[in-house]
Amino acid sequence: MQTCLSKGGGNHFPPCHILDVCGFRVLLECPLDLSALTIFAPFLNDRHTIVPEETPDHAIHKSLDVESVAQKRQKVEKPLDSSDLIYAEPWYKTVNNLHLWNVSFIDVVLISSPMGMLGLPFLTRMKGFYAKIYVTEATAKLGQLMMDDLVSMHMEYKQFYGSEGSSDPQWMKWEEIELLPSLLRMIALGKDGAELGGWMPLYSAADVKDCLTKVQTLRYAEEACYNGALIIKAFSSGSEIGACNWIMNGPKGNIAYVSGSIFASDHAMGFDYSALQGCDLILHSDFLSVDMTEMVQSAFSDDNNKWEALTESLHNGDESIEEREKLDFICSCAIDSVKAGGSVLIPISGLGVILQFLEQISMFMESSSLKVPIYIISSVAEELLTYTNIIPEWLCAKRQEKLFSGEPLFAHVELLKANKIQVFPAVHSPKLLTNWQEPCIVFSPHWSLRLGPAMHLLRRWCGDQNSLLVLEDKMDANIALLPFKPMLMKVLQCSFISGIKLQKVQLMLKALQPKFVLFPEEWRNHFNASNVNSFSVSHYSVNQTLCIPSLKESVELEIEANLSAQFQRRISKHKNLNISRLKGELLIAHNKHQLFSVKEEAGSSKNRPLLHWSSPDPENLLAALSKMGINGNLEQSMLDVESGKAFILHIQEPNKATIEVRAAGTVISAADENLASQLFEALGSILDGI
Amino acid sequence: MAIECLVLGAGQEIGKSCVVVTINGKRIMFDCGMHMGYDDHRRYPDFSLISKSGEFDNSLSCIIITHFHLDHVGALPFFTEVCGYNGPIYMTYPTKALAPLMLEDYRKVIVDRRGEEEQFTSDHIAECMKKVIAVDLKQTVQVDKDLQIRAYYAGHVLGAAMFYAKVGDTSMVYTGDYNMTPDRHLGAAQIDRLQLDLLITESTYATTIRDSKYAREREFLKAVHKCVAGGGKVLIPTFALGRAQELCILLDDYWERMTLNVPIYFSAGLTIQANMYYKMLISWTSQKVKETYATHNAFDFKHVRKFDRSLIDVPGPCVLFATPGMISGGFSLEVFKHWAPSEMNLVTLPGYCVAGTIGHKLMSGKPTKIDLDKKTQIDVRCQIHQLSFSPHTDAKGIMDLVKFLTPQHVILVHGEKPKMATLKDRIQSELRIPCYDPANNKSVHIPSTHFVKANASDAFIRSCLNPNFKFLKGGSEENFDSGSKGTSALSLLQISDERVLEGILVLEKSKKAKIVHQVELLLMFGEKEHKLQFAYCCPVSIDKLEKATTTDLTPETNSLYVFQTSSLIQLLSTRLSSELSEGNIVVLGEHLQVESFQLSICLKDNCPYRKSGTSQQKKSEAVFFCCTWSVADEKLAWKIISIMENFN
Repeated sequence: MQTCLSKGGGNHFPPCHILDVCGFRVLLECPLDLSALTIFAPFLNDRHTIVPEETPDHAIHKSLDVESVAQKRQKVEKPLDSSDLIYAEPWYKTVNNLHLWNVSFIDVVLISSPMGMLGLPFLTRMKGFYAKIYVTEATAKLGQLMMDDLVSMHMEYKQFYGSEGSSDPQWMKWEEIELLPSLLRMIALGKDGAELGGWMPLYSAADVKDCLTKVQTLRYAEEACYNGALIIKAFSSGSEIGACNWIMNGPKGNIAYVSGSIFASDHAMGFDYSALQGCDLILHSDFLSVDMTEMVQSAFSDDNNKWEALTESLHNGDESIEEREKLDFICSCAIDSVKAGGSVLIPISGLGVILQFLEQISMFMESSSLKVPIYIISSVAEELLTYTNIIPEWLCAKRQEKLFSGEPLFAHVELLKANKIQVFPAVHSPKLLTNWQEPCIVFSPHWSLRLGPAMHLLRRWCGDQNSLLVLEDKMDANIALLPFKPMLMKVLQCSFISGIKLQKVQLMLKALQPKFVLFPEEWRNHFNASNVNSFSVSHYSVNQTLCIPSLKESVELEIEANLSAQFQRRISKHKNLNISRLKGELLIAHNKHQLFSVKEEAGSSKNRPLLHWSSPDPENLLAALSKMGINGNLEQSMLDVESGKAFILHIQEPNKATIEVRAAGTVISAADENLASQLFEALGSILDGI
Repeated sequence: MAIECLVLGAGQEIGKSCVVVTINGKRIMFDCGMHMGYDDHRRYPDFSLISKSGEFDNSLSCIIITHFHLDHVGALPFFTEVCGYNGPIYMTYPTKALAPLMLEDYRKVIVDRRGEEEQFTSDHIAECMKKVIAVDLKQTVQVDKDLQIRAYYAGHVLGAAMFYAKVGDTSMVYTGDYNMTPDRHLGAAQIDRLQLDLLITESTYATTIRDSKYAREREFLKAVHKCVAGGGKVLIPTFALGRAQELCILLDDYWERMTLNVPIYFSAGLTIQANMYYKMLISWTSQKVKETYATHNAFDFKHVRKFDRSLIDVPGPCVLFATPGMISGGFSLEVFKHWAPSEMNLVTLPGYCVAGTIGHKLMSGKPTKIDLDKKTQIDVRCQIHQLSFSPHTDAKGIMDLVKFLTPQHVILVHGEKPKMATLKDRIQSELRIPCYDPANNKSVHIPSTHFVKANASDAFIRSCLNPNFKFLKGGSEENFDSGSKGTSALSLLQISDERVLEGILVLEKSKKAKIVHQVELLLMFGEKEHKLQFAYCCPVSIDKLEKATTTDLTPETNSLYVFQTSSLIQLLSTRLSSELSEGNIVVLGEHLQVESFQLSICLKDNCPYRKSGTSQQKKSEAVFFCCTWSVADEKLAWKIISIMENFN
């Protein structure tokens, strides 16, 4: 059974599912929708200057009369302006549907990328949460750094503007929500208007720390066994360092979960699709590729023609070349800006993209003999950069070659040494203030433009027409840039590849030959079902549970060969089957049922049948007995005379005994053990039994 | 099904480790080392024993290298480039990164010093390394459809691994060299509890039990400190990898703590380059060192500088790491010539030096003069300190590992013959595991487990989930017979939990074996169970119970009667529980139940299960208990009956 909790949106907010695998509940991903942060205003105290007619006093809000509500409503018609944003300490949007589940019923949590981990502390701090969480080592580390950064940025925010306490904030009241312009309301409530419950105040640093102690880290292709029955393995997906797809081997078949995957990455180990071979079911949860867009050099992209862009991209063979060209283009734009005396702000989240960017842009600067400082401002940047240089096992083959030839894995090691890149923990760190030079190129979080150094720098530069902002295509840029309007700064919006292209999905599935494939409902039309597929396709949509027929009929039991030779075999009179009763010690471990021989206890070695069927015939019984030298008198029972199946046999010699036969069973009654057991043997010889 | 294990090297000796194991048709070569002690054909394993035709690609499934030491990897370029093996080779990331450095170093020493014809070239090494597939720890690698391998941390040197290999139902572990206690820069060996048919383990310290390493580390640091405090120079000849980094971490740390500023030098070349690798591979070191990466990489030595030839005769104290170890030539010999004549100086030597090297000469006795060749003679007046820590497990560690894994068979390699024999005896007598220590070029055949596979029905699997406990008291009573009676009360309770008894294996011609629940079997046949039961109406004479039971036979009221019968049953139950060693006695009102054995008081005058001839005369004094049971509990039932019949 599979339930999709959220389709997510883009690689920063991966989809989220719950699977029921052989009775175990598996939660896939636990992300945060950080793009929703854009509904908050970045600078609280600006409100006075921008909307002087309104007082920030909340008491007045409550007593809004009908007239002013109507006035506000009218604003919906007008284009949005920054006063429409919510002026409050930001809250964070989790997967709302996850709150509908009782967390104590979740057995396993699988996280496949750092982005899929950001909501995890909310889950792990809940009472009754006992699930085992599996994450790759690198994802756990990168996820931890991202969460630490998020917490520290939020702390900084609170230091500037103070905290409002964690009880329900003003903006969450229905009357306030009602007043929001429809675009913002849509972000706050979701399409069906039910997602308000998903908003939470941010977790603390202690929550993050506690969360990481509950995580079990794995390496690629390491086998983890849950409860003796489910073998869980992670295989590289290529979308980020440490990112993975999962394979679950259960007693009833193998399930693969494919998240956003990239065949050939320039930094992370590539998509290991061959590992998915032999899977009965593939849950395809990588549907980021559908919204591939070309790059648009304008603040507000028109997002039609997506399909044209896609078909175009299908013709392009090598994705990594395409990515490189994109970066080259951005780099050349950046160089142009710097040459014109402007600064460049790059608030991009993907670690891989940043690392590549650093290499590329320094090369560009070298070749254009420009000397402009490159700053990286983030509380975790230093550790992040050091960490990426000690994890060759998680990188692509090209980077691993660097290890084998004794070079640093990424060029930033040398750039840092040569002081071409400077790293600072925050905008207000004294070292930065003394070293600061403009124009410059700055990498800093956060891409939502509502937190972190990026928002301060953007405010500084938004009026400079020579400066450049490189923005990822993750959210509505219109809303994101609202507080910084009027924007004279150039904006370069781009998207980076984050999934398998549709056509390649088809090729891949043909090669992998699963029995079942689960696709998102949206693909029903895109993915030609009439294609002759060897597998059957089901489509899932949010909050609907799909039931998948059993993948495998029965569980396999392995019997130690020596033991099976010891089994006493009988040929049944029916169908000439060879049947034998099992014996031995059962070991259920590592998704295997194995039967081993045990040392026999003395005296218990008699292998007598425990179960009998068919009914004894009196003549046969007498004959069998007389062979043993036992004689008896037959007495037809009064109960069942006609059928002849019921009778009593009285035995006098060698001792007194009776055999009382009825349709359903026989009772042997004797005072001495030997005789009783002889009678049993005689009956056994004429009955079928095992 | 069997495993064949052919030992090509390190059989009853140390050097040229190479074991070829055949499991269910798959052939794996573990390690491909060279022997440092020989210059002739004996330095390499005898590869002709694998394939007479010299065609190795089809005769080997893969090669697995455990770590970068030459006695484990030294013959690899020769085997791949000269003998022509082109199949897959597996090693961990650090081994793949560091092995070429070791090989290149060795090749240079041979060519430069000995002037010998080289066995393989630099290109050979590079070509050979291209065939290597790097693996991560615990990563399950599917070599082909049937062969699975997995590396576990071995702690011997950076990247050292034990390897698990599995073909079909048969599995084994080859340990390579390992260390069961963590050291300054590496963690202890770590492995899962695996079901193994065979364990091949090293046995360098087959009989030694070692004490704490920290004492010896302190000794070393003291000796070095004393020397430099007196203005002397310390020469530490080491190989570029492993020991150099370990000692350097030790010294760097000590320098930091003692705020010394005497320079520590690395002779140019290898060691500095090697540190670069160590920095990137820091996640393969011990937890403590690993955690330093974010703040200060422990392999970023603060006090270490590059050495230059011109510094040899510069006065003043210093510490110098120089290659090669054992002072077998090269730079370390050059420095030794200059520094040995002064008694202020110190030379440290590794625990083991190959015969013929200066290191070996210094270790054997206290020579004052060493003849380098016919013309040169060196005065040796410097102090000598021998390092006695070695990253191998001791005997206790080996025994612990064998006990932990409890394989079906053990093979010892990589040790000294007499000591191995002692360890072999210990494993056989203490752990009762068959153990072998084959010599080079000998092979050992061992049987392996094999499984018959059957499809099990859901009903059967469900029935397996229910516990089916049986408690057996007094399993050890016989052993304590001579002892006091009190021991019987302490006798062990044996618990058996037979889960599969209701399962039936069904074999049908040309079909896969099936396992069904017994109820399903009847359904399959369309038959109904015909229950076979035993019954017996057992008289119990109640002489001694009379006081309590005289009124029993003339019941006055129902309630009283119930009370009395149940008290009778209760009485019987206490008696049974004291005498029975097995079975779970349950009293249900007027019934008593032990497994399938059921009993209740029989009031019929003419019970069909009452047998005449059984103490007819006592009939008046006896209470009859009607008993029924099924064949599974036949023994138990007759035991109970005999207890009842001899109640007095």
